[in-house]
Amino acid sequence: MSFIGKTGPDLKSLAPVAWLICLLLFNGMEAFAQDGDGNVPPAVEQDSDAAIEPSDSPQPVAAAGGIPDSEEAITQGRQLFNGNCKVCHAINEVVVGPALAGIHERRPVEWIHAFVKNSQKVIQSGDTYAVNLFNQYNKTQMPPFNFSDEEINSILAYIKNETDNPVQANSPAEAVDGNQQGGSGGGSGISSDYLAIIVAALLVVLLLVLVVLILVVAVLNKYLGQRADLDPADKEIVQGGVKVSDIVKSRPFIAFVIFLFVSILAKTVLDSLFLVGIQQGYQPEQPIAFSHKLHAGQYQINCNYCHTGVYKAKSANIPSVNICMNCHNTIKTESPEIQKLYSAVENNKPIEWVRIHNLPDLAYFNHSQHVNVGGVECQTCHGQIQEMEVVYQHAELTMGWCINCHRETEINAEGNEYYDKLVKLHNANTGEPFRVKDIGGLECSKCHY
Amino acid sequence: MKDNQKRYWKGLEQLSNDPEFVKNSEKEFPDYLPINSNSGEGGGPSRRDFLKMMGFGIAAASLAACEAPVRKAIPYLNKPVDVDPSIPNYYASTYASEGNYCSIVVKTREGRPIKIEGNRFSTITEGGTGPQVEASVLSLYDSARLRQPKVKGEDADWASLDREVLNGLRGARNLKIVSNTILSPSTKAVINEFTSRFGGEHIVYDSYSSYALIEAHRENFGQPAVPSYRFNRANVIVSFGADFLGNWLSTVEINKQYSKTRKLGPEKKTMSRHYQFESVLSMTGSNADYRSPIRPSQEGAAIAALYQLVSGGNGGAIAQEIPYLQKAAKDLLANRGQSLVVSGSNDIAVQRIVNAINSTLGNYGTTIDINQPAYYRQGNDRRMAQFVSDVQAGNVGAVVFLDCNPVYDYAGGLALGQALEGNKVKVKISMSDRMDETAALCDYVAPGHHYLESWNDYEPKQNMFSLAQPAIRPIFQTRQVEESLLSWSGAAETNYFNYLQNRWRTDLFGQQQEITDFQQFWDTVLYTGVFVPGRPLNLEPNMDQLENTAQTVDQTGAAPVFTGNTNGDIRQVQQTYKTDPEQVELVIYSKVGIGSGKQANNPWLQEMPDPVTKVTWENYMTISMAMAKEFGLEMNEGKSAMVNLTVGDTTMEVPVVIQPGQANGTVGVSLGYGRWVAGKVADNRGFNAYPFIRIVDGVCQYNVISGVKVENANKAYRIARTQTHETFMGRQTVIQDSTLAEYQENAKAGRFEPVIATADGPKDPETLSLWDGHLYPNHHWGMVIDMNSCTGCSACVVACHIENNVPVVGKDEVLNRREMHWLRIDRYYSSNAEVGDYAGLEEASENPEVTFQPMLCQHCNNAPCETVCPVVATTHSSEGVNQMTYNRCIGTRYCANNCPYKVRRFNWFKYHDNKDFADTNTQMNDDLGKMVLNPDVTVRARGVMEKCSFCVQRIQGGKLQAKREGRRPVDGEIITACASSCPTDAIVFGDMNDNDSRVVKLLKAEANGRAYKVLKEIGTRPNVFYLTKIRNKDSEEEVTA
Repeated sequence: MSFIGKTGPDLKSLAPVAWLICLLLFNGMEAFAQDGDGNVPPAVEQDSDAAIEPSDSPQPVAAAGGIPDSEEAITQGRQLFNGNCKVCHAINEVVVGPALAGIHERRPVEWIHAFVKNSQKVIQSGDTYAVNLFNQYNKTQMPPFNFSDEEINSILAYIKNETDNPVQANSPAEAVDGNQQGGSGGGSGISSDYLAIIVAALLVVLLLVLVVLILVVAVLNKYLGQRADLDPADKEIVQGGVKVSDIVKSRPFIAFVIFLFVSILAKTVLDSLFLVGIQQGYQPEQPIAFSHKLHAGQYQINCNYCHTGVYKAKSANIPSVNICMNCHNTIKTESPEIQKLYSAVENNKPIEWVRIHNLPDLAYFNHSQHVNVGGVECQTCHGQIQEMEVVYQHAELTMGWCINCHRETEINAEGNEYYDKLVKLHNANTGEPFRVKDIGGLECSKCHY
Repeated sequence: MKDNQKRYWKGLEQLSNDPEFVKNSEKEFPDYLPINSNSGEGGGPSRRDFLKMMGFGIAAASLAACEAPVRKAIPYLNKPVDVDPSIPNYYASTYASEGNYCSIVVKTREGRPIKIEGNRFSTITEGGTGPQVEASVLSLYDSARLRQPKVKGEDADWASLDREVLNGLRGARNLKIVSNTILSPSTKAVINEFTSRFGGEHIVYDSYSSYALIEAHRENFGQPAVPSYRFNRANVIVSFGADFLGNWLSTVEINKQYSKTRKLGPEKKTMSRHYQFESVLSMTGSNADYRSPIRPSQEGAAIAALYQLVSGGNGGAIAQEIPYLQKAAKDLLANRGQSLVVSGSNDIAVQRIVNAINSTLGNYGTTIDINQPAYYRQGNDRRMAQFVSDVQAGNVGAVVFLDCNPVYDYAGGLALGQALEGNKVKVKISMSDRMDETAALCDYVAPGHHYLESWNDYEPKQNMFSLAQPAIRPIFQTRQVEESLLSWSGAAETNYFNYLQNRWRTDLFGQQQEITDFQQFWDTVLYTGVFVPGRPLNLEPNMDQLENTAQTVDQTGAAPVFTGNTNGDIRQVQQTYKTDPEQVELVIYSKVGIGSGKQANNPWLQEMPDPVTKVTWENYMTISMAMAKEFGLEMNEGKSAMVNLTVGDTTMEVPVVIQPGQANGTVGVSLGYGRWVAGKVADNRGFNAYPFIRIVDGVCQYNVISGVKVENANKAYRIARTQTHETFMGRQTVIQDSTLAEYQENAKAGRFEPVIATADGPKDPETLSLWDGHLYPNHHWGMVIDMNSCTGCSACVVACHIENNVPVVGKDEVLNRREMHWLRIDRYYSSNAEVGDYAGLEEASENPEVTFQPMLCQHCNNAPCETVCPVVATTHSSEGVNQMTYNRCIGTRYCANNCPYKVRRFNWFKYHDNKDFADTNTQMNDDLGKMVLNPDVTVRARGVMEKCSFCVQRIQGGKLQAKREGRRPVDGEIITACASSCPTDAIVFGDMNDNDSRVVKLLKAEANGRAYKVLKEIGTRPNVFYLTKIRNKDSEEEVTA
């Protein structure tokens, strides 16, 4: 009697718990979704980027006349090569221009210097080799590069190194590097994974408890029903059970449903209000069907090749037509999309791309600060750009999104004298990692002025 | 704590406790808020309206969110190699207008010049600028500029203009080409080719002429030029009416030189002594240690008396009469060869006596170098007067006005205009950049380029060259004047760039041995902007070396020989000038901002307050207090009177400003206003004072000592002056000053050191605080302002405007006390009269001491504004900067109310794209003007506060540069716009965490000396420090005259 009398209140007291669980799930899912966005891709990202821009790896090199063989030179050469030459040249195969393996043996270093700095000058000077080369490659002009002699030598050092050690690919070093970066980047992701597992396990346990309780009730009911010494009132209770209509009509239940409804509605309205002005996923049609998947993904052209400002300026720069024409005066000239480039040049009319990322005027964002100094990957904000056929806005570009990143991101301070004193000071005060927020990254006039 | 005995006041309104002033000074914001005209009958918007708007707002916002506008990103078709979007490029160039010279560096963004900086490679201007130089970048984007040539008022193309002009010139009988001073040797060569082709004459005039100075040097030394002055070597400077810091010859250069003699510190406890004898309180006079108001008619006699005093005589009665004249003579004699006497007079006899004084004192060869003549002024008044009478007589067949506007800015301009209008000249050609007063009367207008679109070379002083290069492609279909002249002369080479290079190749290239390839030589000179034969072409600005070479240049000059009949001159002068105490005398001067009026259509210069009177947007007549009383004139805040000013047969109704320091019996008016064909900003602002200038014997006289009449017109007028805005509510210690004698004894002389009474006894306010304070681990930006160096020139005010996209509000809004200057220069008058001694104060206002104090956001460490903002829109950064976040501000104005320095400005209106401000705030209202806006700084919306940000965009840019290069920023790399523009280095900005920075060194040296914080007693702990003003006065001297 007293036992059964208790089940009602027990169920009632379960209501808030159930509601809490619902709410937890509701929010939890969203939290996971965000975390998933922020943390799962980097693992992939790092790998793909490592491919685009191979990281430093120590490699033994034999000395040669005029061309340095130090590791720094090779590293610098690799960076310069990837940033400037790779679009048209490969080491071992003909792309737009000739394969460069063994170039230091084919031509004298002085000749290479002159040719890289101004190929047309060399060709016009009547140099037979240069003229032949020019004719052989459909009279494609190699644009002049404003390199110093040391820089060209370092590129040569890299080419020589690649020529001499063809088998020693970059992959092992990259893999190690990628793993390291992935490991450190995914640190916060692991903890939320654990959280998810814990919550799931708890849910399972709770469900099991529920099932057990129901079973216990059923068993007890059955047992009581078999007993004959019950008075009519008790019998009625045992046999009648709990009527569904009673529960539905009960005030706590109605209150709960109303509460749930209002909560969900409020949450939805609030969320949608926060979305006002956010263009996440904005994917307009562009005047030319340019594919990042092809250029950045398949051909692995360095982002900096076209977006020339990304390491040095506020704006990354949308490439001017002359950059497209570096390659497309010989490649795919028949394509109707490429023809649009030609007509732009002929009509002297620039191409009007549709701007996708529209940061409000009141916020100052500088690419070189983030990409060059901070070492942030392009994909962190722009998403898997190398997989996008048509570019869309990956990030929210809200202030909360900016601030969150500033809160969490650790500063790439190593080897930058600017931060030396600050890092020392920071480490003396706390064991926390040195983050953007620790140098005022959350202050208003870092972005608003 | 030593009580400061002085009383300071900002204007007569404050001195006399004018009720309007008292009312306004107690209120931060004016009562009258004519913001909305939509409220209908009486009451403003009701609660209902608010709710309606609110509901609509939400609906509109959600609707707007559905469809975001499509924005285009348009890259270059063919990107120029040197231009990277968002990276500024800098080009060395030269500003030279009407003989005013400044070597500059032009900052361009995406191919648009947006800011002018000083060029530190120059040995003449040494990296300084002036307000006109700074503002000139907006004149490039002036929509009043002509877009193509005009023939008889109709648009034309160059070919037809050339054809018609050539036809006209071929048949012309007597050709004259008229210009202002031209500093370019190549332009002169072009003019020579032109005049030799058509047989004409080149006439040069200056709107503010120094003809007498040139003529006196021709007569005395055989050198018809202005000499090179070296104020930096003078221990004693005596000026008779020469406003050498404001508008005399080469102001940027002289400001630089002068300030070097005014610097003080533990190492250097001496400074120059400056005497000024003048009628109108000029900017230069405000900086003087001893200033005597004299009548213009006394000037000649005073100079003659000074000559007698320094050559052993007694100077006669006038030496007794004029205060400080004998004292000046004594100081001059004690500093032979290290003194300098200058005069702004345009009377040749007077200038000859000045030469005699300097010669007697042995100043030639030390402080004055006539062996290296300067070409800042070349105007020949007599030939110009002859030209005008030739035109009137119909003897001139053709005239070319080469970028000059004599109908407006020459004394006889109106007569010239009538003659031109009456077609006394057959062929009339103007090469002005706009339809100005002269061009409007010409048949052909061949508009030239703006100087930022042009190639040119300049020789401001003998053997000191500089180049100007275009920083933008010509915006309109204009043609450089030199090219027009070359093509009309039928020269073989009509491309002026080639012409220029050829001249340099044959002429200057050979004058150096360092570089053997001409192209390399040319590029090097183009990079530094300057070339001095004999000086290394090195690419690092090195001031020490410059100093040394400057001296060696000097020693090469032989001692000049003075020839003249000084006693005869003195007799002549004494006959010419007779003082009649009943006669009102008029002084015509020009202002540091507007100058001759050539750039009058530039709103930045219009809104820049005059350094002394603080009046914006117009000119006026200054009058002394005693005279004002005599004429029954009163001036209250925002209210003034008008008078009828008559000179000869010209009468004008002009507003009055009662000016302390104005000599009794004199009135002053300034040039540069009252233009009628200049553009929408300048037209009909103020009155044209050029017709008041008398031409005596062909020479322009800017002092009129007879025939001046002043009558009360019994009319009220409102003058927009900023001087009484933003007062300090009676707190007197904002200005701390002392005399040199006291300073030499005690470096802390004049300092007010407040203490706060606590339970533990009196304490320094800095030691008490409610707050925990801030940590500045990285940078700690700070500024030191030396009030002793600041001359009040206002270059910083204009530079701040440009750098930070500060709107110009116009006269009406200045009257409403809503000017937007982030940086203002407060001008204080002071005297030692007792506070209660009203008679004494009144007397003091006859000749007060003047102190300039640049006032900007003090970036307090305990900022009162930060604690009152309800939305935390103003906060403190970890670098010591008080940040203002516009997008968070909701416009409560609590912060401005709580700011003790009154440096916060509220956007009462949307100043951009608003037709109400189209005529005043052109840089935000027309497409052309918008090109000058700094793309790194937001244009603020209506209803938000704004204020000095310590040029945070420059700080961020400098830090980023350093980070990219993996190093700490170097001192001097990050510098605010005001500090970089300052020609006197009065403003020093830097990182107080960097022990090698100039700020730290200066503060260390002055910590127990002149450095103080304004209103230290209220515990705001500013990051801006001031150094006390020191006047080089003897201690026993009584202060007032």
